[in-house]
Amino acid sequence: MTETFDFIEIKIPAKAEYVGVVRLSISGIANRMGFAYDDIEDLKVGISEAITNAVKHAYNETGEGEITLGFGVYEDRLEVMVADHGGSFDLKKVKEDTGPYQEEDSIEELREGGFGLFLIDALMDKVEINNKYGVIVLMTKYLHENEVGFNDDQISTTQ
Amino acid sequence: MNLNINVDDNEKLKTVTLSGEIDAYTAPKLKETLLPLTQEDQAVVKVDLEGVSYMDSTGLGVFISALKSTKEYDSQLTLVKMNDRVYRLFEITGLTEIIDIETDSTVRGGM
Repeated sequence: MTETFDFIEIKIPAKAEYVGVVRLSISGIANRMGFAYDDIEDLKVGISEAITNAVKHAYNETGEGEITLGFGVYEDRLEVMVADHGGSFDLKKVKEDTGPYQEEDSIEELREGGFGLFLIDALMDKVEINNKYGVIVLMTKYLHENEVGFNDDQISTTQ
Repeated sequence: MNLNINVDDNEKLKTVTLSGEIDAYTAPKLKETLLPLTQEDQAVVKVDLEGVSYMDSTGLGVFISALKSTKEYDSQLTLVKMNDRVYRLFEITGLTEIIDIETDSTVRGGM
């Protein structure tokens, strides 16, 4: 069975000043699809983190190169692809540096830049990373998964 | 898509009022402004985030740097009036445990 979907592609210079532009784009796409406010905010953070990573690691902030963004608009979900074409970062190291702060960690050990991938993982429903040719981050957010919004995270301690 | 930073430097009490978005583009400017304030011995730095409509891990990074700096210079950092979205990022990452955040808990989660 083949699923039909709309595909939107955007290419931006690998510069931090374009992250905000992409946030507006994804906000528009997700809003058109009927995503709830909190899910749209999650998507904005997710895509910004992926672009920030691409700008930082792949290009060493020299501002050269491009980032390609793909949006797969499906009936029940939005798939977002962020691809840098060029350099790559050490995925294993990125994963090792990823995770929430633990109370036994000392403040000196706190990672100032290590929360990006962790947040993508926490805010998206599915995340895949392909490190073969440059870095491609593919993240998926489903419609209607959390109809109550994020406040239920704080209340449903019995689950 | 920008960040406005207003600093009220009143001797030992420094209030930084932010409005706009904190992301990879605006975070360096925030760090440049905030860090020197925390590097004054025994300074009390209050950051008002009421006007911040968007923040991501780049913002968390800036506040972690500032917190580290307070330990070094014996100063204090307090974040006040952040919205639920911004607070949530501190919560997910476990940073609510170590950064001093003033919230109105009766409002939070009640909507």
